[in-house]
Amino acid sequence: MNATMNRRWDRFTPEQRFLRFAFYFLSVAAMVFSLKNIEIIPEFLYDAPEQLADFFQRMWPMDTAYYQKSVQAALIETLNIATLGTLLSLAMSIPVGIVAARNVVPIKSLNMLAQLILVSSRSVNTLVWALLFIAIFGPGAMAGTMAIAFRSIGFVGKLLGEALEEAHRGPIDALTATGASKASVFIKGYWPQVMPSFVSIALFRWDINVRESAVLGLVGAGGIGMAMDTAMNLFRWDQVAVVLSTIFVVVIIAEIVVSAIRRRII
Amino acid sequence: MSDRDSAHALNVARVAFIPKWPLRIGFILLAVYVVWAMGQLDVTWARFVDGLSAGQKFLGRMFPPNFSAEKVEMITKGLLESIQIAVIATVIGIGLSLPIGLLAARNLMPPWVVWPARALIAVCRSFHEVVIAIIFVKAVGFGAVAGIGALVVGSIGFISKLFAEAIEEISPKQVEAVRASGAGFFAVLIYGVIPQVFSRFLGFASYQFDSNLRHSTMIGIVGAGGIGGSLFSAFQRFDYDFVCAILLSVIALIVTAEVVSNYVRALFNDNLALLDYLRNRRVAKLSREKSAALGAS
Repeated sequence: MNATMNRRWDRFTPEQRFLRFAFYFLSVAAMVFSLKNIEIIPEFLYDAPEQLADFFQRMWPMDTAYYQKSVQAALIETLNIATLGTLLSLAMSIPVGIVAARNVVPIKSLNMLAQLILVSSRSVNTLVWALLFIAIFGPGAMAGTMAIAFRSIGFVGKLLGEALEEAHRGPIDALTATGASKASVFIKGYWPQVMPSFVSIALFRWDINVRESAVLGLVGAGGIGMAMDTAMNLFRWDQVAVVLSTIFVVVIIAEIVVSAIRRRII
Repeated sequence: MSDRDSAHALNVARVAFIPKWPLRIGFILLAVYVVWAMGQLDVTWARFVDGLSAGQKFLGRMFPPNFSAEKVEMITKGLLESIQIAVIATVIGIGLSLPIGLLAARNLMPPWVVWPARALIAVCRSFHEVVIAIIFVKAVGFGAVAGIGALVVGSIGFISKLFAEAIEEISPKQVEAVRASGAGFFAVLIYGVIPQVFSRFLGFASYQFDSNLRHSTMIGIVGAGGIGGSLFSAFQRFDYDFVCAILLSVIALIVTAEVVSNYVRALFNDNLALLDYLRNRRVAKLSREKSAALGAS
């Protein structure tokens, strides 16, 4: 009787508590280790406020004439890179995403292969993809488009694969029972179920790609980053300010457009 | 409009799948756009074919990757600096985004606080980490500090926004209950709000750590520390076998980080211990395979 009265109720088992503690401990240890070992040159930090003040002073007033001269064309190029890159990546990631979904393609080695493609696409940054494609196609918008497309395969393919794996079995079983071919099962069973999330993934990625394609020019892969790079190399900070504000406005508009379309579709 | 509707009504009986004309027109417009944009960007088949032979040469020079002793030392040093940048930036970024996210939550804060906070988040979000890194390199000079600053700004843009959205989605019942008991603002936060958003917040934080790690391997391109600097200079020296070695190490690091953060999420959200986690994954995999096999038969 007494024993039951004094029974202790713990939320976590000792093992869970230990693991949580280990996680907190390791996080703090990582932070302390990083702070101790990171290379900081204090002389550079002392004049940071003056440098920043100087920076913003040079940015103002903006050289608005620069917009007409080179920013506008570069901006259209950036939007084209982002859109074409996204479309290309959709074309490439649909097959990879389908193969990655274990319920659609029940062949383990193929699933693994698709996962490998997705992981390597995601782990290499857009700028690094751009550097790779510049080595192949030479500098310019083509390298940028390919970079955007290859970086997006991993993102779109992974999310599409996950959406396919979460599809309900009911319609698929029903179609299979009528003797439908594999292609029909996919087009009429799986696709209608994942279509809304696919559209939303594609829009989301386009939004990200607009932002990413703005920096591609820094490594020579075309777009508005080129205009910024040129202005920076000439220390024309008033022109850099024009480019930065343009990027800001475009990114905000892209976000508003995407969320408006998404609200209408879903 | 009414014409089309009646046409539909007539066709419904006979046509199984009614053609969607707006959709088709949309696809045609898209195709026209693609052709136009490819012309604008000078994307041509000839360039693509040219590129293939260049790509072959390029790949040939990348392999075998150069993992000689001095290169390995450079890679370790760079990766370690990248990890340090990511850790510090994530911690500071999360520390700053908690209050900012809270200020941007419309259900807890008055509008005159919400809009400035949202504007700050929008500014932080709309610039790519590399662009912010350029500004920080100008302010604090080359090196890891600039990288930390850039990633902190990026983290604020991402986590604050999601955190604010998570707070806006909480159930008001607990908040009202705590408030009804006479609790002050901070007590309401700690007992009414935080418990509802903690697990989602942990998800954002671990995702942000992954994303910071990815970016920290690249901001070196503009001189903000980490392995990106070595990568960029290796590209410029056409030292492609070293490029390949760096890329392989970066991929290995990022995949490891992703596995670890998946486990941390499982530990905190589902209370899974390590062995349970491994076992559960196996069980989940088995049951998935079984259902797939049933589907195939």
